[in-house]
Amino acid sequence: MNMKDNILVLIFGAVILTMPLWAGIVGAGYPDLLQKFAIFGLFAIGFNILFGFTGYLSFGHAAFLGIGSYTAMWSFKLLTMNAIPAVLFATAVSGLFALAIGFVALRRSGIYFSILTLAFAQMCYNMAYSVLTPITNGETGLTLTATDPRILDAATTEGLPSTELFGMGLSGYNGFYFCAIILIIGFYISVRLYRSSFGLMLLAVKSNQNRMKYTGLNTKPYLLSAFVISGMYAGLAGALMVVIDPLAGAERMQWTASGEVVLMTILGGVGTLLGPFIGAIVIKYFENIFSAFNDAVLNQVFGFLPDFIQGIWVSFASLFVGKGWHLTLGVLFMLIVIFLPGGAMEGFRRIAAKFKKEKEAHSAGGAE
Amino acid sequence: MSSILTVEGVNKNFSGLKALDDVNLVVEEGSVHAIIGPNGAGKSTFLNCLVGRLVPDTGTVLYYGNKPEGETLFGLPPHAINQKGISRVFQTPEVFEDLTLFENAMIPVMAHLDGSYRFNSWGGVLSRGEIADAAEHILSDVGLLEKRNMHSGSLSRGDKRRLELAMCLAQDPKLLLLDEPTAGMARADTNNTIDLLKKIGEERKITKVIIEHDMHVVFSLATKVSVLARGHIIAEGAPQEMKGDARVQEAYLGGAHL
Ligand SMILES: Nc1ncnc2c1ncn2[C@@H]1O[C@H](COP(=O)(O)OP(=O)(O)O)[C@@H](O)[C@H]1O
Ligand SMILES: [Mg+2]
Repeated sequence: MNMKDNILVLIFGAVILTMPLWAGIVGAGYPDLLQKFAIFGLFAIGFNILFGFTGYLSFGHAAFLGIGSYTAMWSFKLLTMNAIPAVLFATAVSGLFALAIGFVALRRSGIYFSILTLAFAQMCYNMAYSVLTPITNGETGLTLTATDPRILDAATTEGLPSTELFGMGLSGYNGFYFCAIILIIGFYISVRLYRSSFGLMLLAVKSNQNRMKYTGLNTKPYLLSAFVISGMYAGLAGALMVVIDPLAGAERMQWTASGEVVLMTILGGVGTLLGPFIGAIVIKYFENIFSAFNDAVLNQVFGFLPDFIQGIWVSFASLFVGKGWHLTLGVLFMLIVIFLPGGAMEGFRRIAAKFKKEKEAHSAGGAE
Repeated sequence: MSSILTVEGVNKNFSGLKALDDVNLVVEEGSVHAIIGPNGAGKSTFLNCLVGRLVPDTGTVLYYGNKPEGETLFGLPPHAINQKGISRVFQTPEVFEDLTLFENAMIPVMAHLDGSYRFNSWGGVLSRGEIADAAEHILSDVGLLEKRNMHSGSLSRGDKRRLELAMCLAQDPKLLLLDEPTAGMARADTNNTIDLLKKIGEERKITKVIIEHDMHVVFSLATKVSVLARGHIIAEGAPQEMKGDARVQEAYLGGAHL
């Protein structure tokens, strides 16, 4: 870590923590949405430690999200409504699962690795619906009940309890701040990893495994460490989901959820420190906007058009909004991959470079 | 002189094709041993058998770099072989093209100091001064220090070879294997590489096994030459002797004079 990184983390922290003050300007000033930003941002930052640093593309990280959620729920049900143990257990348990899954999946690389991770995640998803129903409560999902043992604090709560942090409730903005602080810590750790010799080794794995092996370095443990760390981030994000809303369902582990974090990372910029977080925000922000549109809203928007044209436009546009928002996401993703393969971060770099050029041209012109 | 590597009765078949046929060879410590031969003679196969990347059908290879009684390297993964003091330069230079030269240089230094895996995530990579110092040192040894912040992918082939050699030297190897180190290089780059290898040879006593096509390179560097043809060692001796050897010219040079 050098001075620049410290400043980066400080600015990041300041921007995140002040979000409730200014996110309203862009229509994102709801705690629900801000919580999502923080949770999925954390998920993507952790995913980037594997995909961005080592180049290994996992298509099964949602499994760890689900494992984290279930673990945290059980911590709430069995131990206490305090979020701290839930978060710690979830991180540890998803780390153990990542160790086992990673150990097997990392026997292969490239597309085979991706397929193996996908297969494991689908296995977890299916098991959550079938044999593991006693743990996951199947299709209904795992919820809190008034009869949960909660051996540490059952006596102090009555009725259906809610999550808390040493007595402070975690709904609304409290929940956001809780997630935000964990996000900032997660970001800080990822920056440190990136600058460490361990991080350099991960980048070396991505660059040339053959040279790495013939330099006396064993690539396997490096990859496995990265896999476990990113699995732990995912588990932590899963735990935060149930801290905010204590309900864990298996759909969280579906392959679409694994795919979403891949999109976030690529959209923002694979392998950059901030990119994955930006990708997560962009996707969650537009999901929020686009999925809120329905035909009534569209009719209003296109109300100025003659009736028959209005009908055509509305039925066309409705493909892309509401439930069809994923179509928009797909188009956006294609555009990014084709025109801006480095994601949003590359876009920023290009713009910055252009400004710099123009400035130089200006000052050169002025000197004449 | 004692030997660092002995090869006895090595055979290797590829589905019926005899790539290596009863090869016997002794590499003396401190020598520069060139292995020459026409295309398809089995040179690369031989090198791969030396480092355990291929396991011969029969025969033994003993490495004396660490133990006086020798050890066999068959079946060991590449990183374990490297940790025993054997470095390798590839026909096409293999460096970390997405990283800067300085980062490229730090990696072998760390591999040398820390072993094949170390999880020290908390300190920044630059916080260990000895790593940065050693990395700068090896870059300046091969004349690449001014380019330290460039990405190695943008280097010329000759410079990539320099960097690759520097990375091998950073590990202070006992045995350095070079598979056609000047293949595909322009004359100037070839001469630079020869000069560099000569300079390295003067500064450190590293045993080298060189596979080479270019006779100019062989006669500039080698202290001993073995000629491989159709999987068989057909002649062996000092470079000057080999120049005039009729069998060599027959097998390798198609009768043309050097
Ligand atoms: N993995 C392999 N499978 C099958 N045949 C091989 C393999 N590697 C080399 N050969 C064959 O063995 C012979 C020797 O090859 P090689 O060692 O690459 O020769 P050289 O490096 O001297 O040009 C060639 O005929 C080659 O086609
Ligand atoms: Mg060859």
